[in-house]
Amino acid sequence: MTSLDRLAMYTEMVRIRQYETRILQEYHGDKTPAWDIGAGLIPGEMHLSAGQEPAAVGVCAHLKKGDAITAPHRPHHFALAHGVDMNAMTAEIYGRTTGLCKGKGGHMHLFDPENHFSCSGIIAQGYPVACGQALAMKRKGTDNVTVAVAGEGAANQGAFHESLNLAAVWNLPVIFVIEDNDWAISVPREASTANTSNADRAAGYGIPGVRVEDNDVEAVFEAAGAAVDRARSGEGPSLIEVHTLRLLGHFEGDAQAYRPDLETVDERDPIPRYAASLMEAGELTEAQADDIKAAADAEVDAAIQFAVDSPIPTPEDALQHVFA
Amino acid sequence: MTTTENPTRRITTAKAMAEAIGLEMQADPNVFVMGEDVGAYGGIFGSTTDLFAEFGADRVIDTPISETGFIGAGIGAAVEGLRPVVELMFVDFYGVCMDQISNHMAKIHYESGGAVKVPMVLMAATGGGYSDAAQHSQCLWGTFAHLPGMKVVVPSNPYDAKGLMASAIQDDNPVIYLFHKGAQGLVWMEKNPRSIADVPEEAFTVPIGEAAIAREGSDVSIVTLSLSVQHSLDVAEQLEGEGISVEVVDLRSLVPLDRQTVLESVAKTGKLLVVDEDYKSFGLSGEIAAVVAETDPTMLTKPVSRLAVPDVPIPYARTLEYAILPTREKIAAAVKDLMA
Repeated sequence: MTSLDRLAMYTEMVRIRQYETRILQEYHGDKTPAWDIGAGLIPGEMHLSAGQEPAAVGVCAHLKKGDAITAPHRPHHFALAHGVDMNAMTAEIYGRTTGLCKGKGGHMHLFDPENHFSCSGIIAQGYPVACGQALAMKRKGTDNVTVAVAGEGAANQGAFHESLNLAAVWNLPVIFVIEDNDWAISVPREASTANTSNADRAAGYGIPGVRVEDNDVEAVFEAAGAAVDRARSGEGPSLIEVHTLRLLGHFEGDAQAYRPDLETVDERDPIPRYAASLMEAGELTEAQADDIKAAADAEVDAAIQFAVDSPIPTPEDALQHVFA
Repeated sequence: MTTTENPTRRITTAKAMAEAIGLEMQADPNVFVMGEDVGAYGGIFGSTTDLFAEFGADRVIDTPISETGFIGAGIGAAVEGLRPVVELMFVDFYGVCMDQISNHMAKIHYESGGAVKVPMVLMAATGGGYSDAAQHSQCLWGTFAHLPGMKVVVPSNPYDAKGLMASAIQDDNPVIYLFHKGAQGLVWMEKNPRSIADVPEEAFTVPIGEAAIAREGSDVSIVTLSLSVQHSLDVAEQLEGEGISVEVVDLRSLVPLDRQTVLESVAKTGKLLVVDEDYKSFGLSGEIAAVVAETDPTMLTKPVSRLAVPDVPIPYARTLEYAILPTREKIAAAVKDLMA
């Protein structure tokens, strides 16, 4: 890992954070005073990934053209880190015809075939699809890989276990990523999962499993590098669990009354922490950090403007695209 | 009838399915098969007979007993441009993998605003009549047809089985292909003679969404599908001797549904019997009745008659099972009731 790698990862994390910070503002901006989840320019559920950037950025740093990702209901960080177009993604979140899915998917169902990026809003059900994408890559003789992402709550779903077994028995180039943010909506990890590390579950399928503590992007980068190399060279799947942090509620509107750790979330925010570490190492200056933030904000501004200026679908569009 | 230019021979429905898959695999390297026991065994109901010997384990892939895993893998392979033919051994096993089928296979094209295609065939064995009881005897085609985003085809005979399979594999949409165990021509099941028939050796297609007039008639229209087509044809032959002219409409696919052929038949006969081996309420038989009612109920000279499984799970004991299946005897009685 070079200083350029580190700066690039920091920049990408800031880019994602600035994006979601703005989405958060815009989302709530027109839902007051009588808050209605279905109202406003961005209607519906909103699951933001703030705090979880290290998982996406550390993994996606190793991906190249043709590599695939299946993301869960909380997909923005992986989408942006994987190169999904910010304008088209934002227009989709705004439900516009210029969106990735012409306004039919919304923020939980982002599909970008050019970047082999997809989402599933059903917990753990993106894992089997990822296995199939990996099977296709293998059959086509490429060295592309697939990354399958879900939260720690997904590791108790059958689809997770079926997929680990399938990928192992067929030696598929899949990197299974579990983002452990401690909370399955309101249920703490210790109440749902007997094993203290989901990475240990990899042993049950004869594949490597690594748990990355501390929400550290560089540690994610190292673990993902090994897993991606392994997959590309035909050695099969791996599992990485990243102990990360959910800075916000499960979805916007979640008051998080169940959560005793809220007072300390800000001090655990991985982005200021990483900035401090890079500055201490002399790899980032305050001025650079300001520039990185400003550049991200400008890109986000343009994306929001693109979305807001884009056409709204007509009612007739609802009947299109059931069949090809 | 065999000629050297267009040779046919009598084969079973099972063999016809396998032959169609094999021809498509020869024509397109992106086509492959996976499922439980589809390899050396050739499919429990013969749908992949001899494919393993011809194409090998790389293209005819035995899976773990892991339906969510391998159906999801089929979806993933399809979105990457391959054309998987995936077998769900018994349609009754849908309960362990319905999320992949309904929430993923059937919705991805729509959710993506048309950006992603899922060219996949999911074939499954349906139907009862051999005492396999409640969890291995259902038809369930109405369940899949109710959920938007997947085509649903249901062949009744070897010719259609081959042609519809070819169409299903070539289709850019997910296609549920439901074959009746009793119509496969298997040596270890009741022999339904219409399950073995002349089929061309060459590749051909039967278009999805076009019903067939399996037999022309003028007194009563039986609208039906799958094994019940065979039974209805037997009944029509028998009733001809009693002076009743029965028209049999073989729907062949539920999605898309060929409403026009149904309406033309009912307009001609004025009497409609729907025979459906699926559950009666909230399903295909009600849908067919609604097609007529919404178009012009005055074309009916008698109220619609429905013969379907009377909303009970499929029982085990032979007397019990045959009490609820649409048998030839019950079909004949229903036709006579309409003529009374």
